Amino acid sequence: MTEKEWPLWEVFIRSKAGLDHKHCGSVHASDAEMAMEAARDVYTRRSEGISIWVVPSNAISASKPEDKESLFEPADDKIYRHPTFYDIPKGAGKM
Amino acid sequence: MTELSKKDALVQYAAQIGDNGLIIGHRMSEWCFRAPALEMEIALMNCALDLIGQARELYTYAAVTQDEGKSEDDFAYLRDEQDFRNLLLTEVPNGDWGDTIVRLFLMSAYNKLFYTALANSKDAQLAAIGAKSIKEVIYHQRFSSEWLIRLGDGTPESHDRVQKSLDTLWAYTGELFTMTDAETLLLADGIAVDVTALKADWDQVVSDVLTQATLTVPADLWPQLGSKAEGRHTEHFGFIITDMQFMQRRYPGCEW
Amino acid sequence: MYGDTSIQKPIKIAEPTSEEQARLEEIFQQKIDDNIKIEPQEWMPAAYRKTLVRQMSQHAHSEVIGMQPEGNWITRAPSLRRKVILLAKIQDEGGHGLYIYSAAETLGTSRAEMINQLQTGKAKYSSIFNYPALSWADMGTIGWLVDGAAITNQVALSKGSYGPYCRAMIKICKEESFHQRQGYELLLTLSRGTDAQKEMLQESVNRFWWPSLMMFGPNDADSPHSAQSMKWKIKKKSNDQLRQEFIDATVPQAEFLGITLPDPDLKWNEERGHYDYGQIDWEEFGHVINGNGPCNKQRVATHLKAHEDGAWVREAAAAYAEKQQNKNVA
Repeated sequence: MTEKEWPLWEVFIRSKAGLDHKHCGSVHASDAEMAMEAARDVYTRRSEGISIWVVPSNAISASKPEDKESLFEPADDKIYRHPTFYDIPKGAGKM
Repeated sequence: MTELSKKDALVQYAAQIGDNGLIIGHRMSEWCFRAPALEMEIALMNCALDLIGQARELYTYAAVTQDEGKSEDDFAYLRDEQDFRNLLLTEVPNGDWGDTIVRLFLMSAYNKLFYTALANSKDAQLAAIGAKSIKEVIYHQRFSSEWLIRLGDGTPESHDRVQKSLDTLWAYTGELFTMTDAETLLLADGIAVDVTALKADWDQVVSDVLTQATLTVPADLWPQLGSKAEGRHTEHFGFIITDMQFMQRRYPGCEW
Repeated sequence: MYGDTSIQKPIKIAEPTSEEQARLEEIFQQKIDDNIKIEPQEWMPAAYRKTLVRQMSQHAHSEVIGMQPEGNWITRAPSLRRKVILLAKIQDEGGHGLYIYSAAETLGTSRAEMINQLQTGKAKYSSIFNYPALSWADMGTIGWLVDGAAITNQVALSKGSYGPYCRAMIKICKEESFHQRQGYELLLTLSRGTDAQKEMLQESVNRFWWPSLMMFGPNDADSPHSAQSMKWKIKKKSNDQLRQEFIDATVPQAEFLGITLPDPDLKWNEERGHYDYGQIDWEEFGHVINGNGPCNKQRVATHLKAHEDGAWVREAAAAYAEKQQNKNVA
């Protein structure tokens, strides 16, 4: 196995206008055009998409699982960021 | 020779365009589980589905026009070798990936021009089929052009291989721009496409992509003709229909 | 700074001490018990990772090798409608193989590595694809029985513990219900046809029935990895449970087709509320799984040939991409 494998690309698809692109899998391709077309052929066979992003997998930086507590838990007690934290009397109308 | 009626000409014309789709689609489908990468397998099967889909619509239209109670399957399965009028380029064997890409590219570049013109046909049904097919063949052209460039400008080996593919298949391109009697007849009514008029644009598209691919446009060879005008095929074609028609011939008159 | 956080590579953390290891394992098992999915970069026991890679690569290989018996019939499909259905179905199988390879790669094993293991006989695939597809009816039987068995398995797998595998399975199950339906519809058409068509149907089912039951693997008592896999929720139901579910669902469908299933012991057991069935020929299963079925060598050789024939193509594309990158840098 001296051959170098084509790089891996992560595929993100917007399923319809108004929605975010969502990660749906990956493909191997030698260049961006090929990755885009492979993503189209593989992941939109049943009209699942109207727009595709392909990103080289090694270009994505991800948070580390062991950092989960320090990254995400500090937000848990900041409940005043949520609208339900505040009591507004009914009489004040919809807010 | 008996005078060709307009109706017969239209049946012939629709079927003949359909033959191109079916036969090249058949060839593409032969790549199943044989492609250089799983992604490419899926891509070629998509092309095959597009092309066979085009054939189905055209055969159905031919059958309706003919009005003898036939269906798309009668056209695919119960005609003899000489009745098929596909371009020779569509029937030659797949060869390697380079041969397949060159064939798909030459045909797709042609199909794009052809269907674009057909979309303006005075015949509403043919125009509709043309308009729908353009979108598919544009993608085939894009896919095959990019691959041709990768192979042409890839490694020395791939460059040589694909130049050879091109040199070999080039002899079949002359037939793309020939007119049958049916086409000439229907052209007068604005129904058929004047394929002779597509040549200049096709030459341009092909030479642009070949330049990018660092490949040389082959010198024009004595063109291989015969299928489109007379149903005279290559030796390979008999095997295609032997395979394709086996079930229908072995078990006539069944529903499947 | 973020260089080692690629989403496709497991993060190398220092070898945990045995005490630390025990703590991590406990947290891990707790997540599994609480039905919290495990995601790629999280800590997982080495054996969990290994089991998953083995199972997922086997599964992906099965999809890909499974393209061969059906692919051989594309050019011979007896109608254009059937031809495009078959093409689309086989294309799905390639797609499904790709979804699963893609999910397996999140565990740090490359597709090239998995394919190499397939081609060198180190990785297996479903034994069913080592049987030949000999008649057109087989295209229906494969959809009905083989895909039917696969779906029974996959529905269970979609509720497993590893996130990427579950997501792939959900997508696959959604797409595959068409596979089973088209197969059954194909067989229904044969069952309403001529005597020759009916014979073709019965003969095909006779050949595929037992191998389909073998797809669920050995009896629970003889299934070496099962207990641990169940604990990790890589597997949610046992081989025998799934096999029984499949048989219970399939027998009435066979009756509706007007065919017999080749098992004289197959009958409804009122007390159990299930069908009883005869003894599976595990000796045959053993031979087929160990490389001596009717098509094992042919399947792997065909895969290998395609791979080798395509080497110059993959190299060319890689070389072209490199040239382009160098141009962009310059």
